[in-house]
Amino acid sequence: MSASLSVQGVTWAPSRKAPQVLHETSFDLAAGRVLGIVGPNGAGKTTLLRLLYRFHKPASGTVSVGGDDIWTLSAKATAQRVAAVLQEQPSDFALTVGEIVALGRTPHKRGFGGTTGANDLEIINTALDQLDLHGLAHRHLGTLSGGERQRVMVARALAQEPQLLILDEPTNHLDIRHQLEVLELIRTLPLTIVTSLHDLNLAAGVCDDILLLQDGHPLGFGSPDEVLSEAVVSNTFQVTARRERLAPSNSDHLTFHLH
Amino acid sequence: MSQPRSTGLTQRAAFVGGGLAVLLVSLSFAISVGAVPIPQSTVWGVFANKVVPDWVEVTWSKGREAIIWEIRFPRAILAMMVGAGLAVVGASLQAVTRNPLADPHLLGISSGGAFGAILALLHTGFFLGMMTVPIMAFLGALGATAIVLGVSRFADATSADRLVLAGVAVSFIVMAGANILIFLGEPQASHTVVFWMLGSLGRAQWSELVYPLMILLGAGAWLISRAGALNAMTVGDETAATLGIAVARFRMIVFVVGALITGVMVAFSGIIGFVGLMVPHVVRLLVGGDYRRVLPASALGGAIFLLWADIAARTVMRPEDMPIGIVTGLVGGVFFVWLLGRKRKI
Repeated sequence: MSASLSVQGVTWAPSRKAPQVLHETSFDLAAGRVLGIVGPNGAGKTTLLRLLYRFHKPASGTVSVGGDDIWTLSAKATAQRVAAVLQEQPSDFALTVGEIVALGRTPHKRGFGGTTGANDLEIINTALDQLDLHGLAHRHLGTLSGGERQRVMVARALAQEPQLLILDEPTNHLDIRHQLEVLELIRTLPLTIVTSLHDLNLAAGVCDDILLLQDGHPLGFGSPDEVLSEAVVSNTFQVTARRERLAPSNSDHLTFHLH
Repeated sequence: MSQPRSTGLTQRAAFVGGGLAVLLVSLSFAISVGAVPIPQSTVWGVFANKVVPDWVEVTWSKGREAIIWEIRFPRAILAMMVGAGLAVVGASLQAVTRNPLADPHLLGISSGGAFGAILALLHTGFFLGMMTVPIMAFLGALGATAIVLGVSRFADATSADRLVLAGVAVSFIVMAGANILIFLGEPQASHTVVFWMLGSLGRAQWSELVYPLMILLGAGAWLISRAGALNAMTVGDETAATLGIAVARFRMIVFVVGALITGVMVAFSGIIGFVGLMVPHVVRLLVGGDYRRVLPASALGGAIFLLWADIAARTVMRPEDMPIGIVTGLVGGVFFVWLLGRKRKI
């Protein structure tokens, strides 16, 4: 199941007196769509994501998932709707892949302590299967490659059974095959997805909508073709961008050059 | 098909049964050895007759019975509780600081406890009755915890290694304060306190064991009930937050609970270092990283470890008692060096 996401006039600053890191931003994302957040380093992508997964509270404005302001919901209730795959890497505490994926069930536990029910096991196994991790369930995270770890963190998020999935640079440090695999998964999951991406061509390929940020200001929200025009990209990233058509695949591709 | 958890009830039962068996053998051995060696059959004979009067025929002297029941049993039980408590605290702090080097001793919490206890023992008097020393030790431990957290925030030292450095720095300062208190104290009493501070289980009495027991059971049960949250904390603050955990508040509560256990254990046994660092590491090698298993296994492992440390302390310089803190410091220091070497290879 997927939920709509509505962001209305949110701003954020580290403290009341500090300058704003994210200026007033609004957009609506229909259920099931994939939003890509792009922009230069320091544009405020991570800040915006933190507002969406309820790590930062907006200084003003609201973030609603499925029609409810996430700050009127409890942290646990929000965690039942919103899952996030972040760049944090677990330190080596000898947890196995299965145990990490099982963490996704945390917000669904009831009562004192909370045990893992039969239903939970099924959900965990489905998530492991979905990311082709079943053979690795008993391996320690520390022994896996970067791509495998990333898949573990995605499986953990899926075990959370979210309606909105947030990914922070999911293709970072992945080789090209694993990048494509992660993107393919994003395309096929029946969830509302928000992901930050560095690679504009990957973003244009996988996302339904694009939000472009620069210095904490939203510069555009809409379809990739609309937002990622030559002029806007050139301006925002301070490069010369050209939209070219690749002859063999007949698809658009942005190329970049220094001025 | 391979399932993520439920690695077989039999395996778990084998671990628990095996652990308890080792604990029982260690306990029996710990009570039988000492300045006066006493056969283990006598140890359990005395125990049986205390549980059910006149159960076993008495083949031992009154004096031996007193040594076993009044001195060695309470001492061994205190050793188990202190070991279990410190190991559980170490394991929990390691999760919430995401720092495999966290330990109540290294983070200065034990020193804070000692400061509070010394203040009560040498200067303020027992103004709260019997519980003065444990309460003051808890407050001292809590104070030191607050200072370490304050310093680590002030120095922006949230990374693993720097948090330990902040703890060591605070530990030195608090110990300096504690030493001033000893220096200012009455010489005869100060002499006793110095020995107590090096770690000693020698003053264990049945009548007092109930206090550390209550704290250990209560705080230990709470920590085990939060094992899932502790697991999540090892992944990262933000990820834990997205799982619905109030990260900052949870970490604070775990620190307070850790200070409570540490303070009470310090009040009854002085400073016994490195138990909280060593035991959880060895336990993770045996049972993996899931805190549902790490915490009970650490309690068991800590109890066994401290029984043997106390056996060593009582036998190495027989008939003198060596402070047990010297034994754990020696073993723990070597372990710490090994751990540093191992971390570098990863």
